[in-house]
Amino acid sequence: MVIKTIGKSVREYKLPSILTPAFIVVEVVMETVIPMIMAILIDNFDKGMEPILKYGLILVAMAVVSLVSGILGGKYAAIASTGLAKNLRQDMYFALQEYAFREIDDFSASSLVTRMTTDVTNVQNAYQMIIRGAIRTPLMLIFAFAMSFSINWKIALIFLAVVPVLGTALALIIVKVLPFFRKIFKRYDALNNSVQENVRGIRVVKAFVREDYEKEKFGTAVERVRSDFTYAEKILALNNPIMMLAIYAVIMIVASYGSTLIIDTKETELTTGQLSALIGYATQIMSSMMMLSMIMVMITMSIESGKRITEVLTRQPSLVSPENGVKEVANGDISFRDVNFRYSEKAERNALEDINLEIKSGMTVGIIGGTGSSKSTLIQLIPRLYDVSEGELLVGGRNVKEYDLAALRDAVSVVLQKNVLFAGTIKENLRWGNKYATDEEIERVCKLAQAHEFIEEMPDKYDTFIEQGGTNVSGGQKQRLCIARALLKKPKILILDDSTSAVDTKTDALIRKAMRDEIPDTTKIIIAQRVISVEDADLILVMSGGRIVDRGTHEELMKTSDIYREVYETQSGGKEEEENA
Amino acid sequence: MPRGPMMQRGMQAMPKIRKGTVTRLMKYVFEGYKAYWIIVALCIAASSISGVIANTYLQELIDDCIIPGVQNGMDSVAKDLLKILVTMGSIYVVGVIASFVYTRLGAIITQGTLKRFRVDMFHKMESLPIKYFDTHAHGDIMSTYTNDTDALRQMIGQSLPQTFQSLISMIAIFVMMIYYSLWMTLFVIIVICVMFYIVKVVGGGSAKYMMSQQRSLATAEGYIEEMVNGQKVVKVFNHEEEGKAKFVELNNKLFDDSSKANRYGNILMPILNNIGNIMYVLLAVFGGLLLLYKAMNVGLQGVNVISIGVIVYFLSIARQMAMMIGQTSMQVNMVAMGLAGAGRIFELLDEEPEADNGYVMLVNAVKNPDGTLTESAERTGQWAWKHYHKATDTTTYVELKGNIEMFEVDFGYTPDKIVLHDVSINAKAGEKIAFVGATGAGKTTITNLINRFYDIQDGKIRYDGINVNKIKKADLRRSLGMVLQDVNLFTGTVADNIRYGKLDATQEELEAAAKLAGAHDFITRLPDGYNTMLTNNGSELSQGQRQLISIARAALEDPPVMILDEATSSIDTRTEAIVQRGMDNLMKGRTVFVIAHRLSTVRNSDMILVLDHGRIIERGTHEELLAMKGTYYKLYTGAFELE
Repeated sequence: MVIKTIGKSVREYKLPSILTPAFIVVEVVMETVIPMIMAILIDNFDKGMEPILKYGLILVAMAVVSLVSGILGGKYAAIASTGLAKNLRQDMYFALQEYAFREIDDFSASSLVTRMTTDVTNVQNAYQMIIRGAIRTPLMLIFAFAMSFSINWKIALIFLAVVPVLGTALALIIVKVLPFFRKIFKRYDALNNSVQENVRGIRVVKAFVREDYEKEKFGTAVERVRSDFTYAEKILALNNPIMMLAIYAVIMIVASYGSTLIIDTKETELTTGQLSALIGYATQIMSSMMMLSMIMVMITMSIESGKRITEVLTRQPSLVSPENGVKEVANGDISFRDVNFRYSEKAERNALEDINLEIKSGMTVGIIGGTGSSKSTLIQLIPRLYDVSEGELLVGGRNVKEYDLAALRDAVSVVLQKNVLFAGTIKENLRWGNKYATDEEIERVCKLAQAHEFIEEMPDKYDTFIEQGGTNVSGGQKQRLCIARALLKKPKILILDDSTSAVDTKTDALIRKAMRDEIPDTTKIIIAQRVISVEDADLILVMSGGRIVDRGTHEELMKTSDIYREVYETQSGGKEEEENA
Repeated sequence: MPRGPMMQRGMQAMPKIRKGTVTRLMKYVFEGYKAYWIIVALCIAASSISGVIANTYLQELIDDCIIPGVQNGMDSVAKDLLKILVTMGSIYVVGVIASFVYTRLGAIITQGTLKRFRVDMFHKMESLPIKYFDTHAHGDIMSTYTNDTDALRQMIGQSLPQTFQSLISMIAIFVMMIYYSLWMTLFVIIVICVMFYIVKVVGGGSAKYMMSQQRSLATAEGYIEEMVNGQKVVKVFNHEEEGKAKFVELNNKLFDDSSKANRYGNILMPILNNIGNIMYVLLAVFGGLLLLYKAMNVGLQGVNVISIGVIVYFLSIARQMAMMIGQTSMQVNMVAMGLAGAGRIFELLDEEPEADNGYVMLVNAVKNPDGTLTESAERTGQWAWKHYHKATDTTTYVELKGNIEMFEVDFGYTPDKIVLHDVSINAKAGEKIAFVGATGAGKTTITNLINRFYDIQDGKIRYDGINVNKIKKADLRRSLGMVLQDVNLFTGTVADNIRYGKLDATQEELEAAAKLAGAHDFITRLPDGYNTMLTNNGSELSQGQRQLISIARAALEDPPVMILDEATSSIDTRTEAIVQRGMDNLMKGRTVFVIAHRLSTVRNSDMILVLDHGRIIERGTHEELLAMKGTYYKLYTGAFELE
């Protein structure tokens, strides 16, 4: 499953992936043949310059072939593995673009980033190791065995008997050490995490004078890593002596058995030259086993990464745009009919329950309610960021599922609570709303969002560069830029999810006034913490526990809704005092 | 066994190495494990030399036993055969044991040394001034603990022993070469020089592409991070296709660079191997010519006519030599990276720690009937500054009250750029001082000076009449509480986090502090109550809840002076009311400096300071300032944003 999914991303790098082992076969053949020619050259050394030159030329030719195939093999291996990495990153990125909000929530941004970076690099390295080593090592083994058998099958059988013993020993080490390493990596992460906490929270550490306390904590964590790591590395360190033991044992057996055989049979069954060759092959077989075990380790470790990548690639988006979806949203009417919503099938409780709501085009609707009252959930259903679980939701008189997704989302503009600006100029950021917007249009929406003034005060005005994450503008400025960006879409429905919390009340009021005057036909939905932000809406919804508990205008709610009145009074307490002052 | 970032390394750009790093690293590494290192070195030598010697016995086996044996029968050589085999076996056993010992000890040394590095780095880091953390990217500091330490691990654990092993073998081989023939040795040297040159050229190309690979990797990863984090916004704006186009562009660039960088890494081995092969041929031809012309051979063994035996032997060891060079050159990059890492680690270890010349200490005291104070060894709840006067050799005790006075203070983060000008504040014990002003006006800077996160350029700050420079930093900070806008929680239980304010607090004290902060209610509703584990900066909690814990933490510390930075983040009205109440409780009965974001906080202050561009432009109570109709008035009526 993992291998199949990742295999699909090889695509145009199939040829390099095949050429690599092909060239490596040539290289291995040369590597085996060259020592044989060298042996012949030495055997003929006493016969003057002619054989030296002859075999020398053959050797040089072979070295050139080996060199060329080595270089080409290395080149194609590099292309194949980095190409696979490129395709994997691209496939994941493209898959991610198809995700609905639900999938993004499930994976979390930081885990997606790790999967697209570290995990891909791990797979890239493993792939390179496989296409280079997976052919070379078995081939070396086969060659060495074939040659040994052709020289003396009895001695070759000895090799064959030692191989499983060595294999078992190496496998045991891997089996014992791998889970241990996984544990260590967790400890290691914890260690780094504690450093990070100290770097980030250094002011807290210093303000509370807790340097010694932190040192002690860190010391314990370090010691834990040290003792576990030492233990694991000690086991791993057995590899080397075990290998040497295997090679030496085989050499000893071959040397004693072989020399007796030579002497007893007077060089008829085995010659001295063959004895040396057999010893060479024994070394080759054993070190190939070692390589094989290393490749196995690499593959086992990268399988984890492969799994994480596969999860991203095979995850089906939970909602897709219908074929031939309706491209035009008629107006800004919104209608919720008996809507229930759960974030996942397994959720015990509905996040939204029994929502019935009619909003006419051009209305301004305010929503207030505490944390966890599902205000944001409610509005995220409108541009179909999530699908309703039960009931139906109509926009512009049609079920949202009938619309082409892009068309729907162009008509329904949301300023998310966690809004983000991207690295680039202000203008580039605003043009997310409309690629083809003219400078005049941009200026107009910025005036609407009360952003024009501060943009004009910036050194490069509309061309001022926004740092990644928008760190060089204040919270209030960022919010106003996000509103302007959403306005540039000329939406039929505009939704502001707590988008003016960092804006001062006066500016907030100006934004609302501008929207009322300038875009009267657009339906406006405003989620706010401050009652003052929704006071003048045509309809105010009070939400609690996923239900709309009260609805009406400000005046009506002041009479009928306890929650509304309570919130209003806490917030305006200061205000009255101010008026008295 | 490396993973993740360590695995990715392979060949990497040859980094710059600071002078003196090598000797210093060696000193550091040998310290504490001297005996172990000597044993390891001996074992490595024993293991590699045993391999070489055993091979000569193999040759002897053929020359002295097999060849005569074939002619004279088994009986004539049986004794010698047994003797040689036993000797060979014993040498092998020594080799295996030596290898067992050095790899095991190697693991112990490597991990022990890394532990020492980590502990030293952390201790140093904890002692550094805030300025260090403000002027260094946190990612870079982290990288010293992760990448640089990993590179060091690779180097100490693998590259150093392997290079040492190759070196010993190479020296041994070289000695043998000179012993047999000077001419042929010279010839080999020339070829080896060519090999080094090629390693340098290929390595140089590799370094160049490695650098551009690292750069495009950083760009691509940065883009991925930004876009993935903003993925929801991408969806809302139907911006998928534009995002893909830019991604493909960056991704292709990365592929370009990394395939080239990898290519260089991959081809070094085949090149070196085959140069070895060609050298073999050239050496054979050269030897053949020497033989043909019966050239005089010069070597340590003497001067004579060259023999076939010498040439054959030479050919085999020259080939071995070429292979050693190949192996060593693969380690060179690792060593270079390890050294570069060590350089950065030493840079951290060399940082100047926070200076502290204070000598006035905070001690427990008992108040005598006559109003004077006597030091007490027990916790009395009454604190005093113990002030030793050198001139008169007397010690006075001043009651800890919480009077803070700033007098004509100037300050700049760098000496040439003063950001605070002429700031004077007089806060009496129990007074509440509010700082108001735009972002960058200098509010946070002032609070950084009171607890001496930064030291002032000019002027004076006094705590209960004592110049803060005379007070031991730890004691000064113990007498000042802090609640920051960005809450930092540590991995551990909720109780651990609150207890940060007072490590030996009882459960009762803990809960009392949590109650005062208004955090007790929600904590008891958590799955494990006070024992709920928090990870990743308390991501299990809401923003408001995290703030409540940080308030409880400060409440438990219970200092006479508090520095508060009110949060601006949007939390819902109910939680905000609870946070506000917690803050108000915390402020009661203390001297408070508050960076205010809420008008109600400002209004209730005894003194409001309006800051602009590092100067106090207005000061007074709420009523006084409103009456002035100046900046404060504008702020208050909402014409400006309160940041």
